[in-house]
Amino acid sequence: MPLESAVRTPAATTRTEVRERAARNRKLTVHAARAGVLAAFLGLWELAARTGVVDPFNFSQPSRIRDQIWQWITHGTAQGSLGEQIGYTLYEALSGWVIGVVGGVLLGIALGRIRFLADVFGPYIKVLNAIPRIVLAPIFLIWFGLGPASKVASAVVLVFFPVFFNAFQGAREVDRNLVANARILGARDRQVTVQVVVPAATTWIFTSLHVSFGFALIGAIVGEYIGATKGLGLLVAAAQGTFNAAGVYAAMTILAVVALLTEGLLTFAEKRLFRWKPADSGDGR
Amino acid sequence: MKQAGTVPAIELTGATKRFRTPSGALHTAVRDLDLAVAEGEFVAVVGPTGCGKSTTLTLVSGLEEPTEGEVRVAGVPVEGINAQVGFVFQQDAVFPWRTVLSNVMAGPRFRGVPANEARARARDWLGRVGLAAFEDRYPHQLSGGMRKRVALAQTFVNDPRILLMDEPFSALDVQTRALMSDQLLDLWAGTGSSVVFVTHDLDEAIALADRVVVMTAGPATVKEVFTVDLPRPRTVEAVRLEPRFVELYREIWASLGEEVRITRERGAGRAA
Repeated sequence: MPLESAVRTPAATTRTEVRERAARNRKLTVHAARAGVLAAFLGLWELAARTGVVDPFNFSQPSRIRDQIWQWITHGTAQGSLGEQIGYTLYEALSGWVIGVVGGVLLGIALGRIRFLADVFGPYIKVLNAIPRIVLAPIFLIWFGLGPASKVASAVVLVFFPVFFNAFQGAREVDRNLVANARILGARDRQVTVQVVVPAATTWIFTSLHVSFGFALIGAIVGEYIGATKGLGLLVAAAQGTFNAAGVYAAMTILAVVALLTEGLLTFAEKRLFRWKPADSGDGR
Repeated sequence: MKQAGTVPAIELTGATKRFRTPSGALHTAVRDLDLAVAEGEFVAVVGPTGCGKSTTLTLVSGLEEPTEGEVRVAGVPVEGINAQVGFVFQQDAVFPWRTVLSNVMAGPRFRGVPANEARARARDWLGRVGLAAFEDRYPHQLSGGMRKRVALAQTFVNDPRILLMDEPFSALDVQTRALMSDQLLDLWAGTGSSVVFVTHDLDEAIALADRVVVMTAGPATVKEVFTVDLPRPRTVEAVRLEPRFVELYREIWASLGEEVRITRERGAGRAA
């Protein structure tokens, strides 16, 4: 793009060029406005804290949060280096996510394909899903101790259900024509499952992957918050315990950045995987 | 038309198919249907919408079993899906996540043909339907007519002895439909396979077929069979202008029109 515009003659008179420039300008304006909103929010917060409109002890202020993050980066936290805490949380969330996704997809597709299994296990899964699963975190702490295992377990139960239901639905709603066509072309049951049902259900499954990674992080953090030796959740708990509001916000900020980065990775993977889909129908089929 | 073979390629005797509707009622789609298709014969089945023409095809393909009666392919009763049968569906049934080439390779691959050989055969058929340059595209990047050609190649690559087609061109515009019909006749001409072609378009039926079977309003059964004595090779646009074509059209329409009217009156009665 920049090369192209450099080659262009200065007199941008044609309609397409005008339109292109307008589109570019609009993009710039949107970005600038976004940055402006953030700056205004942080600025007002800082100002309110400094002038005493809000109490910085309870509500903290952006500069303190920045200092807190900086301090963690340079001097480490009470539990060890900041990287180690992030690594722990990510490790727990990722393991829980992978286990939950694999379990959810396998079981969802199995139950979606095999009616008998669906009829037998359907009610139980509904009952389990009705339990507010976050309250299981203390139980997992008792079962699996303070280490990562209890956090992985709470991430798994949070991730499993949305993925399971989406995979199940996806397997159920495969276009009957596609299945009939595959069978006529010579596919046996297993080939139908692996080569037709699974790819057709991936759209459904991927929708749930986005949401469920957030859930995995929540599971890990809540687990750490309740009791742990390492991790961002512990950082929040420790900061809260010493009335360090800036610490709580700082940990939240770091979490948000981590979540956004992983979300970005997931979107990238999705784009690679769904090259076969028309570009503009995210909700399609 | 080769009537020499003693055993018909397809034979339905007293075939009846009942479905349980979602509301629990029993719906008869096909009733006491007798039909025989000879080796290498092209039979078109016409009938009012929703009369059960498609069900007949699913019975022959083995996708569904008849409730009563018997369906034989090459003299053998149909049990499950027959490897000699090819089926072109009304809706798009190509796999959207596979490229064009991979779609055409699917059949041979499912049947255990090594990838290299499957690829060669798929390329051959893609060439014949004129899509050689599009093998890396995904179906959503193609037009409706091109997707249908992929479906044809996908079916023909398996060398089916029996070709079942369920209103395959009904979703296409008129010009594309004529082109596709000609292409189908070309592709079919070399194979010697038997075709059952379901359509609601009488023009298409007469232009393509050796015999036209008129079905009754649902539940479907054979009402009348007409032999189309137009010479082959045919091209759809040219054959339409022949006096014999018009004559046949008038004859068959007299029979079909009545069933269409019955269906329409029933529909009106239901709506009222």
